[in-house]
Amino acid sequence: MNASLHLWLIPLLPFAGFLVNGILGSRLPKRLVTTVALLAPLASFCVVLSAALAAFGSGSVVSLPYIETCPLGWINAGTLHVDFSFVLDQLSLIMLLVVTGVGFLIHIYSAGYMAHEDGYWRYFSYLNLFLFFMTVLVLAGNALLMFVGWEGVGLASYLLIGFYFQRKSAADAGKKAFIVNRIGDFGFLIAMFLLLGNFGTLTFSKIGASLAMNPAWQGGVLTVIALCLLLGATGKSAQIPLYIWLPDAMEGPTPVSALIHAATMVTAGVYMMARMHVLFDRSPFALDMVAIIGAATALFAATIGLVQTDIKRVLAYSTVSQLGYMFLGCGVAAYSAAIFHLVTHAFFKALLFLAVGSVIHGLAGEQDLRKMGGLRKKLPITFAVTTVGVLAIAGIFPFAGFFSKDAILYAAFVQGPGGKVLWFVGLVTALLTSFYMFRLWYLTFMGESRSHDAHPHESPWSMLGPLVILALLSIGGGWIGIEHFGAYLAPVVGPRSVEAGSASLELMLSILAVVVALLGWFVADRFYRQRPETPQKLAAALPAGYNLLSNKYFVDEFYGATVVKPLFAVSKFVLGWVVDAGLIGGAALLLAGVSKLAGAILQRWQSGNLRSYAAWLAAGAAAVLLFFTVPWATVLSNFGIHLSMAGH
Amino acid sequence: MTTIDQSILTLILLVPLAGAVLVALLPDRGKLPNWIALLTALLSFGLTLHLPAHFIAGANGFQFEINHVWIENPAIFYHVGVDGLSLWLVVLTGLLAPVGVLASWNAIKERRKVYYALFLVQQTAMFGVFISLDLMVYYGFWELSLVPMAILIAMYGRKDGPKAAVKFFLFTFIPSAPLLVAILWLYARTGSFDFATLQAAVVSGSLPAGPLCWVALAFLFAFAVKVPVFPLHGWLADTFSEAPVAMAMVVAGKLGLYSMLRFHVGLFPDQARAIAPLMIALTVIGILYGACLALVQRDFWRLIAFATVSHFSLTTLGIYGLTFTGWDGAIYQILNQGVIEGALFVLLGVLETRYGSSQIAAYGGVASKLPRTATFFVITALAMIGLPMLNGFVGEFLILSSTFTGVSRSWAFAATLGVILGATYMLWLVQRLFYGPDGELATMKPATDLHFRELAVLVPLVVLMLVMGLAPSIWMSTIEKGVTPPQVKGAAALHETLSPKPVIAGSVLNASSRLEAQR
Repeated sequence: MNASLHLWLIPLLPFAGFLVNGILGSRLPKRLVTTVALLAPLASFCVVLSAALAAFGSGSVVSLPYIETCPLGWINAGTLHVDFSFVLDQLSLIMLLVVTGVGFLIHIYSAGYMAHEDGYWRYFSYLNLFLFFMTVLVLAGNALLMFVGWEGVGLASYLLIGFYFQRKSAADAGKKAFIVNRIGDFGFLIAMFLLLGNFGTLTFSKIGASLAMNPAWQGGVLTVIALCLLLGATGKSAQIPLYIWLPDAMEGPTPVSALIHAATMVTAGVYMMARMHVLFDRSPFALDMVAIIGAATALFAATIGLVQTDIKRVLAYSTVSQLGYMFLGCGVAAYSAAIFHLVTHAFFKALLFLAVGSVIHGLAGEQDLRKMGGLRKKLPITFAVTTVGVLAIAGIFPFAGFFSKDAILYAAFVQGPGGKVLWFVGLVTALLTSFYMFRLWYLTFMGESRSHDAHPHESPWSMLGPLVILALLSIGGGWIGIEHFGAYLAPVVGPRSVEAGSASLELMLSILAVVVALLGWFVADRFYRQRPETPQKLAAALPAGYNLLSNKYFVDEFYGATVVKPLFAVSKFVLGWVVDAGLIGGAALLLAGVSKLAGAILQRWQSGNLRSYAAWLAAGAAAVLLFFTVPWATVLSNFGIHLSMAGH
Repeated sequence: MTTIDQSILTLILLVPLAGAVLVALLPDRGKLPNWIALLTALLSFGLTLHLPAHFIAGANGFQFEINHVWIENPAIFYHVGVDGLSLWLVVLTGLLAPVGVLASWNAIKERRKVYYALFLVQQTAMFGVFISLDLMVYYGFWELSLVPMAILIAMYGRKDGPKAAVKFFLFTFIPSAPLLVAILWLYARTGSFDFATLQAAVVSGSLPAGPLCWVALAFLFAFAVKVPVFPLHGWLADTFSEAPVAMAMVVAGKLGLYSMLRFHVGLFPDQARAIAPLMIALTVIGILYGACLALVQRDFWRLIAFATVSHFSLTTLGIYGLTFTGWDGAIYQILNQGVIEGALFVLLGVLETRYGSSQIAAYGGVASKLPRTATFFVITALAMIGLPMLNGFVGEFLILSSTFTGVSRSWAFAATLGVILGATYMLWLVQRLFYGPDGELATMKPATDLHFRELAVLVPLVVLMLVMGLAPSIWMSTIEKGVTPPQVKGAAALHETLSPKPVIAGSVLNASSRLEAQR
């Protein structure tokens, strides 16, 4: 039997919140704004929970996948038919729990964090709008509806990054995020066109069914589709070559960084690839590309993270790096491991960002690591939860990050010789991750305060409460283990490709990973506690390397010089001056010249002022009208010309 | 058919004209012309709403048809009617009439009488273009639509108004001459100006192919200038930056695009197919060209002019892709653009009347002074760049996907790239006008946010953007069922060869090997 789960409520409740606060917010009392803003995600989360209960275990009343389709179609034109249809399956259920659950916690936190900001209502209406689009993205039963959510979360991200729009850097960052994402969306769009051309549909289940009926169909156009989707995913999930927007996105309020730019939106690319894994599975080349991009990004971003001095930017690069792990997981077809890491990452990265937000809040807006230090006594709870987050992201047993990162690395290791290289890259990244996260930890909380004028204070409980819950999740979130997690997701993403026979190998790799993580901690300890002068010496000894890293490999400059500047130069000089002003304007001038000549002949008749222009135009119109009334055929037949052939 | 059904189109034509006469007769005192124009515009908008309310979706051919002999010899008939193609365009024209009056409300300060009288005449002319089914009558309205426009640009434009008016006049009147010759040639050959008769005659092949080719080209040329299609857009930027807001709102796009569909593709399917590759190339160039030039403009009217070139090129691409899905998308996109540009022009007009400048660099930080204006502007910009759930996306997706699957992948690829670029210039415009630290104007001049009259225009338009994005079926069902049968008559052959053929599970393998072979 199938009871109705009312999935449509999940996105629509936050949308209602957006409308209420967006339209009336400026006139409502703050308390009411908060109530509306928090109730929307809470109610949405409750609907997800009830759906989860209904779909889970032996007493389930619905069987997955469960589909809800709006009786009115969306687009029906020519050969294109697209519905509003929502699909609940194991994958979307897990995503929804994360999105609405973590989303709700961050809403609570925001109420404390943003309490003194102007535009409080605006902030919450955007945040609710984000949840609306994100849940649409997750629930979508076809690629076009997913694209609605996909672009929509980009919009919410644009609005929230640019929340402090009077700051030029914030407005710039929002625009950059949107435009870079549009480049990714270009890939997504082309992929949809190819799907339409080859499958005649954008519905995931139908695409899956078509592929299942043709087991021999490999590569070819499927590779092209998968690569286009990959381009889309690199945009949204901030991977090479489109990762450049995410570090700048830190201009937004910190809870936004936690929700959108760490826990949920940026993982949409990973979710999308898992959702469309049937396409990737048919193209080994595309999968390899996903894995290589993932591993390369993980390492690349981690190296940049080593030397950043802005506390939020360190976390931003770590997010890029961790997303690289998820891509690596997808690339070795270990989708369940990738989603597993997505979930644990959502916990510990949201935790870290919110904790850092609490630090920034306590220091009245200070974000420079060099001006922190010694905060463990002043902000004890923040210190405790940050420690949990750092241990989790470093991958130290038994914190959540250990289990999921381990699952990905193991899946890569058993993929043959190429997989071993990827695994090694992942392992080095783990070392760097552990190092720079403990660096952040030491610089923020340990040692003595390096700032004299700040009076740090612990945050209110509306902010600490969510932190504590997220800390608990960051500790225990991985204990379910990849076996159970993978088995639960198997109906959607297929069984884990890794056979479970090599338990001893798995154990060995796990131990190695933990050792590497501890090594990173140890080095950080040497550098930032025992001998704090070491980093500067090292930087002085290797100026070229340090420069390269602190300038983020000059990638922004490279794009500026190769894409942005040429585009503007060509637009302005070649197209603007030569073509438009020169050729097209020249032709118009010529035309005007000819008419001026004609005008000169007529000069005697007209006085040259506006009124006579009007008179001439009116006379022209009258002439046209007169034309109707003249019996031309009769007139012309008098001259022996017969216009009409009808008589012959 | 009730009596009102039989005379509704005549009423729609006459009401603005009667309003114009009334404005002309009454004294030019205070806001009297404004009020008469507004009431007339609202009345005519109300009348146009009668059409979709009583339109029988799914019926073939034209509805609300009137066909009377006007002149015996030559055989000119007062023949009007609407089908799925023109139905919503008439309504759109009706909708933009009150929008235009309200947008001119305070902007036009003197000689109001002449302005509003001509504005209403222009309205009649545009209605006439959309509903005429006799080519001679159509031509009359087509010409008539240019006259008040040129006068209004000259008399009420900004400082270079007369110059822009001359440019507009030359660019649009000169191509009308070959159009008239072509129409007369058709009459000479067939003895009829009637659309259906001519359509049948052209398809039957009884007309000599050589001259017919030139005739079709003359039609196309006149329409392409009016859209405008690259490289015939030379007049647009000047017109946009000089014309009064309400005129700039309607000067480009819909008349030309509609005429292309009805009187070029619809009347000369073979010739259209022959020239389609050229048109596709030009439109794709236009999309990219317009987007690139919009990036580097310093004046926001000129920026919008090039953005318009880009967007109307996309619509033209939908038309000359010659697929049903593309046509649906193109017609929908004409409506979308009407709504979006309507709002955009009102908003830019708001800025210009308050701050007295259209130089983008002088702005900045306006969002904190005029938050409502900023909100409406952002929503409109998002609709323009095709954000899903707003109306622009539906049309763009239909056009691009049908081009990709049914016409040419490489052109579709380039066109999609141009659409992506659209985000760049619009968001940058938003940023330079509204965000950042307070610019020169925002600090110097105190200004009030949108007042009731402006909200009354913008709120319905923005709601319409959302509804058209979420429920395109409301429009699409009439567009599709209405437009398909008459198009098939002329274009059946071309549809066979060019429509996308979605592949269903069983034949996927064949399809993939075929696609491989193509590559």
